[in-house]
Amino acid sequence: MIVLALVAILFFGGAIAWASEALDARMPRAVALLSLLASAAVLLIFCFSSSPGVMLAGGQWWVLESWAWIPRFGISLLVGVDGLSLLLLLLTLFLGLIALGAAWNEIQERVGFFYFNLLWTIAGVVGVFTALDLFLFFFFWEVMLIPMYLIIAIWGHENRAYAAMKFFLYTQVSGLLLLLAILTMSYLHFVQFSRFSFDYFDLQNVVIPGALQTWIMLGFFVGFATKLPIFGLHSWLPDAHSQAPTAGSVLLAGVLLKTGAYGLIRFTLPLFPEASADFSSIAMTIAAIGILYCAKVAFAQQDIKRLIAYTSVSHMGFVLLGIYAWNLYGLQGAVMTMLAHGLSSAALFMLAGGLQARFHTRDMELLNGLWVKLPMLSAMALFFTVAAVGMPGLGNFIGEFLSLLGAFQSNRVATIFAALGLVLAAVYSLWVIQKMFHGQLRVPSQYASAGDLTLIELLCYALMAAGLVWMGMYPQSFLDVSEVSLLYLQSLGGGGE
Amino acid sequence: MTSAMLFMLLPLILVTATAVVTMLMVAIKRRHGVSCIVTVLGLSLALVSLYFVLPSSTQELTPLMKIDGFSVFFSAVILLSAIMIACFSYPYFVNLEDHQDEFYILLSVAVLGALVMVSNSHFITTFLGMETLSVCLYGMVAYPLHRSAAAQYPMEASIKYLVLSALSSGFVLFGIALLYAQTGTLQFTDLGQALTYGIGPVPPVYFVLCCLMIVTGFAFKLSLVPFHLWTPDVYEGAPLPATAFLATVGKIAMAALLMRFISDSALLVNEAIVFVLALIAGASMLFGNLLALLQSNLKRLLSYSSIAHMGYLVIALMTVDRSADSLGVEAVSFYLLAYALMSLGAFGVMMLVSDSEQERDHIGHYQGLFWRNPWLALVMTAMLFSLAGIPLTIGFLGKFYIFAAGVQGAQWALLFTMVVGSGVGLFYYLRIVYGMLTPLDEDLLLPVAGLKELLPHCLLFLLLALLLLLGIVPGVLMQWLAQMASAL
Repeated sequence: MIVLALVAILFFGGAIAWASEALDARMPRAVALLSLLASAAVLLIFCFSSSPGVMLAGGQWWVLESWAWIPRFGISLLVGVDGLSLLLLLLTLFLGLIALGAAWNEIQERVGFFYFNLLWTIAGVVGVFTALDLFLFFFFWEVMLIPMYLIIAIWGHENRAYAAMKFFLYTQVSGLLLLLAILTMSYLHFVQFSRFSFDYFDLQNVVIPGALQTWIMLGFFVGFATKLPIFGLHSWLPDAHSQAPTAGSVLLAGVLLKTGAYGLIRFTLPLFPEASADFSSIAMTIAAIGILYCAKVAFAQQDIKRLIAYTSVSHMGFVLLGIYAWNLYGLQGAVMTMLAHGLSSAALFMLAGGLQARFHTRDMELLNGLWVKLPMLSAMALFFTVAAVGMPGLGNFIGEFLSLLGAFQSNRVATIFAALGLVLAAVYSLWVIQKMFHGQLRVPSQYASAGDLTLIELLCYALMAAGLVWMGMYPQSFLDVSEVSLLYLQSLGGGGE
Repeated sequence: MTSAMLFMLLPLILVTATAVVTMLMVAIKRRHGVSCIVTVLGLSLALVSLYFVLPSSTQELTPLMKIDGFSVFFSAVILLSAIMIACFSYPYFVNLEDHQDEFYILLSVAVLGALVMVSNSHFITTFLGMETLSVCLYGMVAYPLHRSAAAQYPMEASIKYLVLSALSSGFVLFGIALLYAQTGTLQFTDLGQALTYGIGPVPPVYFVLCCLMIVTGFAFKLSLVPFHLWTPDVYEGAPLPATAFLATVGKIAMAALLMRFISDSALLVNEAIVFVLALIAGASMLFGNLLALLQSNLKRLLSYSSIAHMGYLVIALMTVDRSADSLGVEAVSFYLLAYALMSLGAFGVMMLVSDSEQERDHIGHYQGLFWRNPWLALVMTAMLFSLAGIPLTIGFLGKFYIFAAGVQGAQWALLFTMVVGSGVGLFYYLRIVYGMLTPLDEDLLLPVAGLKELLPHCLLFLLLALLLLLGIVPGVLMQWLAQMASAL
């Protein structure tokens, strides 16, 4: 029931938030806060009150429930929470609250509809992280898109029409390929077991002949890799991130990118072990190219949000690298990177959003020497930039280190090149810090009176910073949660050599 | 013919009676409202009667008519669409400075033709049904002939439709005649043998050509590429209720008929016919979507999008065969229902904000609708998302069904074309949605005829509810369609 409760709270919370605008313009955000807190409370209570059981299906599940939905195609509402899902659910709800904090004062127009979309996006993501019926999974996969499209299209910045359209087209078209691949799997199940099924555990039994397996695997891969994104399919991301309002960027970078990685770990590699194993060297090469190329491109940006967006693609390369190493180190590293990058990139986008709200520009050329004027904001920027670079003691270091450690065992060349990305990351990050926060103060004169962090902002940053320190100092508490699930997934077969 | 058999024809009789009664009422006194109510009531009665007519097995009523679960399903969809269009027509035509009543008579007779088309497997009845529908459509397309503003468009559209429709009917008729010359029967019969080995001295290519002629004629009416040239002009020129009727009832009846023809005649045993169908489907998906890209007139845009949708449909039609677990029939039926709902919704919104004096069919008319009239914008958005095949709507499941049928038939190239086409399609549907989201500088009100009427709003609500309900819990409908398909 936990999953149902989470999704229901968010869906209805969204609807109520929209409706409550009629009463008072401040009501929607209060309703949104309440429903996010309620769902977070539900999840936390659930975490502490129950322990995972080993189910027949294999793996270790906190919950595994199923209701009939569309019997004609053997589709059921099959949902499950294991360690991997649980970590990502926690991240989702946490960043949902952060996004709310980012939107709290920024969104002044059509507030009700905004919080409706925000909550529905989060509800869709919760569904994605828990659905184990592939049809249901695809359903949520698409459901989370529309509200995000609306968030970008309505509350975005100057070039929002283009960005929103591009975001939607990329994810939709790759999504259709995913749907096609899912359907082919289901049809193969029909041929082999004479009934349609979209059940994750049923589909593991389908035997797929060689070449077809590669094609279906590619369908899954493209669907998920567009969302991740990988090098080559990433061009929607800088536009979408830079044009979205702050809360949208926070959710996009913090949560939506992770759904792609989650799909790869949960579905692509376990369902197509042989094809994925053959494909792993290509995927790891793409990862290494992406890490280096996007780090280099990030260096060339003037728009601060575009810069962070490109660094996101670069960091996601480590996730891809870790996943396709397909050993425990690599997977743990990928998951840790997902969590840590979720926090650090969300914080960085929020900082960029904060700067834009204060100075109405995202152009780094126009903003220099901010430390004198905004000491607290600048200190936070330094902290999260250093975290993103991979400073030991903070979460991102653990993630990237484990990814590289795992990848080194399976593909040395790609790993060595990927590790160079850490150097480039240090270069562009320190360059940004130096340019924007040190030196002579220079800001657009009409906004010179901008103040430092507000209380809400400070609270959000403090929470995220605490999370990163926790991940960096005592990662074991996260590694323990996901270990059994990852071992189970790994036992199903996959990449590496 | 026994009374039991006559009872099976009750829906057809009721529709005929509706037309006659409306005509008699008009002869006594012209009242727009009364004509509309009589038509809606009559068609609703026919819809209700379908429930009692639904046979447990196929019923042959003379060789000419055939009633089975399939025909009842499509009759229901057609009647539902026609009733809605009749309701939407009232506010649309209320300001017309001309007689409005005849439109409803034409509508009833056209419905009769459509019903005949879906309940037979006989060439003569097919042809009669097709012509009844077409002839009424000429009238409906040209209806606001004496309208002061832009009166030339309906006439031009009607003539265009008349000429091309007659031409396609000619093709069909010629094909039928050639087939009859060799097979000696006008029933849809299994042509599998003839298409593979020929009959006696007549080679198979003769039969292939006959069938292709008939299929070509049908493709004209379904506006599949390359027989689509009439579509945008007719859609644009016709008054909105006629456009909606053409887009829903006209397409559904024709597609259902084509499906029955393909299934009964086992056309798909022949490689050449399959190849031609594949070409038509691929071209329709690509050209339909590409040509829709830059349209700024919503009627033209929807016409091109309907070409693409019919292209998707052909993928499913190509998997219609008699094997027990074929998804083809189900996919086609489900998709047509979905298509009817979303087209009606989209045209319904347009009809509600238009009237016969001024049609609001430009994208610009809908700019900022989200903030001016959220309810209509919500309906329109849902319909467009459904047309684009986004989950939570019936359009997504329709597309899912077609994908499933295509995978089953291993039509990989066509499925990839469909993915590309849908991607292009998204672009123009989203363009409209984005336009509705973009606020206008000045708060321009939508001055409309029908906005105050309650009934059309209720209908839109019903359509929206069906769209979402069947998009989220389609289980019952799918089971029912599966039964129907297995009984076919």
